[in-house]
Parts: sequence; C-alpha cells; structure tokens
Amino acid sequence: MKTVLKTFAAALLLGVAAMGVAKADPVKIGVAAEPYPPFTSPDASGKWVGWEIEFIDAVCAEEKLDCVITPVAWDGIIPALTTKKIDLIVSSMSITDERKKTIDFSDKYYNTPTAIIGPKDQKFGATPEDLKGKVLGVQVSTTHAVYAKKHFGPTAAEIKEYQTQDEANQDLAAGRLDAVQADSIALDAFLKSDQGKACCDLKGMVAPDLEVLGPGVGAGVRKEDTALKEKINAGIKAIRANGKYEEISKKYFDFDIYGADTQSN
Amino acid sequence: MLGLLHSIEIALGATCLGLLIGTGGAYGKLYGGPVVRDLLAVYTTIVRAVPELVLILLLYYAGTDLINQALTAIGYQRIDISGLAAGIAVLGFVQGAYSTEVIRGAILAIPQGQIEAARAYGMSPSLMLRRITLPAMLPFAIPGLANLWLIATKDTALLAVVGFYELALATRQAAGVTKAYFTFFFAAGVLYLLLSLFSNFLIGRVEAWSRRGMPSLKEAR
Amino acid sequence: MANEAAIINVAARTSLWLQPHRIVLILVALGLVLGAIFYMRWDWLPQYYEMGLLGIWRSLWILAVTCVLGFLLAVPLGLAQATGSFWFAAPAKVFCTVIRGTPLLIQLWLLYYGLGSLFPQYPWIRESWMWPYLRQAWPYGVLALTLSFAGYEGEVMRGAFAGVPKGQLEAARAFGMSRWKIFRRIWLPQAFYRALPTLTGETVLQLKSTPLVATISVIDIFAVSSKVRQDTYLTYEPLLLLALIYMTITGILVFAFSRIEARIPNKVG
Repeated sequence: MKTVLKTFAAALLLGVAAMGVAKADPVKIGVAAEPYPPFTSPDASGKWVGWEIEFIDAVCAEEKLDCVITPVAWDGIIPALTTKKIDLIVSSMSITDERKKTIDFSDKYYNTPTAIIGPKDQKFGATPEDLKGKVLGVQVSTTHAVYAKKHFGPTAAEIKEYQTQDEANQDLAAGRLDAVQADSIALDAFLKSDQGKACCDLKGMVAPDLEVLGPGVGAGVRKEDTALKEKINAGIKAIRANGKYEEISKKYFDFDIYGADTQSN
Repeated sequence: MLGLLHSIEIALGATCLGLLIGTGGAYGKLYGGPVVRDLLAVYTTIVRAVPELVLILLLYYAGTDLINQALTAIGYQRIDISGLAAGIAVLGFVQGAYSTEVIRGAILAIPQGQIEAARAYGMSPSLMLRRITLPAMLPFAIPGLANLWLIATKDTALLAVVGFYELALATRQAAGVTKAYFTFFFAAGVLYLLLSLFSNFLIGRVEAWSRRGMPSLKEAR
Repeated sequence: MANEAAIINVAARTSLWLQPHRIVLILVALGLVLGAIFYMRWDWLPQYYEMGLLGIWRSLWILAVTCVLGFLLAVPLGLAQATGSFWFAAPAKVFCTVIRGTPLLIQLWLLYYGLGSLFPQYPWIRESWMWPYLRQAWPYGVLALTLSFAGYEGEVMRGAFAGVPKGQLEAARAFGMSRWKIFRRIWLPQAFYRALPTLTGETVLQLKSTPLVATISVIDIFAVSSKVRQDTYLTYEPLLLLALIYMTITGILVFAFSRIEARIPNKVG
C-alpha cells in the first residue's frame, strides 16, 4: 500500500510542477483585476489597455524588460507582490509611508488631485461639514479610504468600503451612496460615461493632506528588488526626457498629469 | 467566452486532482498506519469546517509561497506557479477532502468477499486497486462524486475573489465596462446553469454505464 | 497489513488519546501553535478586537436568520414537489434546480449589483418605504442566502416528506384528523426528524457561505479579516485566525445539533 501512496504523491507533485513551470523569466506587472479607466481596463477581448498600460510598456521597452500584464485582486495586490506572484505593481498606487513599511516604490509617475462626486440633484461641496450625515463610498485600502476615515469619519453617516472603484460608482448610480471619493481622473472618466452623465456630477476637490495622500503614484516593488526599482526609475526618467511620456498622455488627457515636480522620497 | 473555458478547465482539473487525493486519502484512512489515518482525519475535518473562500485565500498565498520557499531551500530554482495551476491545486485540495470521504464510503460498500477473493488469488495491492477496488466501488461513489463535480463548477466562481480570470470575474469585468450589470450576471447564471444541467445529463449516462450488470436501484431497495 | 490495522484499531478503542503517535502528533500541533504565536505578528489584535467581535456576531446573525427563514421556505417547496399538482410542483422544481445549479456568488451579485443597476430607471423606488432597506447591503445578503438555503433544503424536504410512511398518514386520516392537523401533528414532525441529520450539514455549509456577503460590502467576520489584511499588509495571521474562528463555530454547531438529535426518538418510520 505504501508504494501506491508514494506513486500518487509523486504523480501529484509532478503534475503540479509541470503545470506551474513557466518558460522565460519575464517581469510580471500586477494590475488590479478591475476596470479603472482611463488608467487600466480590459477591452472587449479581455486585453488590458489604458494610459498606465501604455506607460509601463514604454518603460519596459526603454529598459529592454520582458513585461507581462498580470491581473490580481486589488485587495490582495501587496501580498501578491511580497509572495512573488507579481514583480511590480502598476495600478495607480499612491506612494505612502504606511505602504513603505512593507514594500518599496519607484519615483512617482503621475499625481492628480482627489475629488468627490455625488448625485446631480443634491448640492454640496467637499468639506467635512458638507458630508455631514451622508453615506460616502471609497475603495478599500486606498489612500482615499484612509483620507475619508480621517477627515470625513467624524461627520459622515457611514463610510462604505468597496472591493473595486467600479462597484462604488455603481452603488452611487444606484442611489445607495450619497458621495464617492476617489482620484479625480478616474472619477472624471466615470462622469463622462453614459451612466455617470445621467446621475452624478463633480462636487469638488478635497483639501490636500500630503501625509495621507502622498506625493503621487509610483510603481510598487519588493524591498529587496533594488535592481528592478533602479531600472524602472531610469525608464521613467528616459521617457519623460524623450517625449514619449507626453505623447502617451496626450492621447488620454488634455493636461499634464505628472503634477508638480516634487522631489520624491 | 474565455472565462467559461477557464472555469471548466479548473473544475475538471480540480476534480481530477481531488479524485487522486481522494483515492489516496481513502486508502490511507482505511489501510494506512495510525499516523497517516490521524493526519488524514485532521485534513478532512479542517477542510470541511473552514469556508472555501478562506481556504482559497490561505492556500493561494501561502501554498505557492511555501512551495517556492521549500524549493529554494533545497537549492532549486523557484518556480512560477500560474494562476491556473494554483486554482486547480487549491480547489483540488478542497475537493480531495470531500472525495476522500465519498470514496472511503464507496470502498466500504464493496462486498468484502470480492476483495478477499482477489487477495486469495495473490493479486498485488496495486493490481487489486486497478482491477477490483476501483471498478467495484465506482457505482457506489458516482452519486457523491457527481455532487462534488457540481460543487467544483460552482466553487470556481470563488476564485474571482482572488482575482483569477474565470467566468465570474470575466462577468464582473464585462459588467463593469458596459455597466449592464443585470444582463451580464443573468447571462453568467444561465451559463453556469446550463453547465450543471449538461453535467447532470452526462452523469446519468455514466451512472447507468457503471451500474451495468448490477440489479437496478429500484429492485435493490 | 489488515491484521496490523485491526490490532491497532482495538488499541485505539482502549486508549484513544494516549497512544505514542498521538502524543507526538499533539506535541507537534502544540509546537506549531506556539511557533505561530511567537514568530508571527499578533500586535494588531487589540486594535481590531471589538470589530472582530461585532463581525462574528453579524456572521452568526446572518447564519441564524437565513437558516430559519430558508427552512420556513423549504417546507412549502418540499411539500409542493412531494405532493402538489403539476402547477405547484413544476415551479418549485425549477426554483430548486436554478438555485442549486448556479454559484451563490453569482446569485448574490445579480441581486445586489444587477438589481442596483436597474434602480436609476425607476425613480419612484427611491420614494417608496422600502428604500431605506434597499439602500443597505445586508438585506440582499440575507435574501440571497435565504433563497440558497431554501433551494438546497427544499430538495431534502421533498425526500423527507415523500419518505414518511403512507400508513401513518392513513391512520391519521382514519382518526378523522383534518388535513391541516395531519400536516402539523404527523407529517411535518416526521419529515423534520428525517431531515434533521442533513440539516446539520446544510447549516455548516450555510456558515461556510456567509463570508460571500463580504463581497457586497457587508462587514461580517470575513470582511473584518480582509480589513486587517489590508491595513497591516499581513497575509497569513488574519486568515489563520479566521480559519480558527470558523472551525470553532462549526464545532459548536455540530455539537449543538448532535445534542438536539440525541433528544429526538431515533426510531422513525
């Protein structure tokens, strides 16, 4: 009987190993497996498109890296990085001190203000008093969730956290939320969609809080992976210098999304 | 639709892996030494008491991490475990616990005389497994295993939560892009339902085939 | 080998826990637990302690409500399939097949996001008395889990109703009991006793389904553990603790049900 067991075990191991081994050693770019236009979203055939995809493709081309897009769940994206399921997070992740305890970041590659949107038929702004008694939706483990808890937590009726930004927008359109706080560009894309046009409009930009919102969006890398970090930084610098960055951005935005030239780190 | 294909692929792989683990597990539980039996009891109890979602999360992150750490520890290159392989392994591990119980029950249901006769002929254990035990237990195991297959097809949806691309996640993304949530979730439900109904039909045929030469169910009662 | 197994079997019955290999296994398990306590990070526990308790309470509440409601729904479903005319049996059968044939996750998302996306087309919904409930997430979770439990248990109840011996019902009729009284005094209790063993399994399965409501923003114990994972970036600790919590609840459930089962006459039919 022992031999039978052993044969099974061996067959199992072989099977798992055979399924798992990949050929080359590409850099796996982790993006959140959710539509987050205009930065990352799957098109009709399931291919990932958007500004951030083109941006990282340009960086990889510049640094001659073999990059593959690997969608993972947003709420598990940092564990996915630390357990080496992915090698780089390129998913509009803001550089924050809290995250820096666990992972490292490249230099920032864009920075945009944070906005609040709400239903058209209600008039309010983006201050804590305005959100008094309102139900505010944010995406989990984002800088916006931290910001909302810190600044709107005391006055808002409830802060609901969603797995994806898209679901928060959806619940705003359905009327289950009174307001949604997120990145202004991502919200702008929603407001321009048919659904967004019908239900909601921009209420205002939130007051800045550098400590929570951070200096901008960077690519997340493992702390020990300094070589990759250097390469990405060099790539960002190169495409900023040779005009590729601007060329890509112009396709999506009519303003400069790089933000002020602050020194990162 | 690519998502449906992935779902079926995972369900198939997980069920096969589950069957392997289940057969090994059932043999271990029935004939293994005391340590093997106790360990298997712990395995089946834990898997059946903890929600699949939690197990999937735990195994998805911990499992691949552990394998890689073990590999680097013995000096091998770390391997890259694809989402498909991880999904199959995780669901197979869960399915294994359930099929262990199903197959154990089925083996116990084989008339003892058949196994004794095989032993009297001097068959080796592996020959006996192949020629006697597995074919003889099949009719007893099929209803339970069919149920497990249906559970497997539905459990693939849970992999959406860890961001693995299969039918449920494909639906969610498509719904998110088009904003037609109701239509897409409804369509996905119909696809899953068709898969179940089609499986039921096939299982009925297989069951009839495996029972050939045996008294029909109604007479047996 | 079989002989060996038989001998060990006898030994196992005489001293269940004190065999050498069991002691070793228990020591190994203890070592693992101690290792987990000392080598993993648990400093987040005090901060999330209250949230965790609230989460457990919510999970249990959802479990209890959906099981009771689901069972109440399962009785007519089972009855309709077991005895009803075609017009009752067919819809019940279709309902059970659909619920059992599709993943709960899809049902949940269809109810929450699917229905939600239809709301803007019907503005009057927001004025109705139902709106305060429709706005929240938990009613959808409760509804989906209730329907799911009813679907699975309805199938069990069908078998249970059909399995009650005809003679009992005929005897009751001979006593001149009214149909309602027969149902209440004879048929339902007998069917219930028959269904009870499966009820344990179904309730445990239901418990294992409750974490799905976390995907529609209900804060149950699973959602709390996800929150801990996201806040602290720890992968294993919150999940391990979560698994332990679910195992404890399962253990308590199984124990409670076995006590209930023991109190019910086991000679049925």
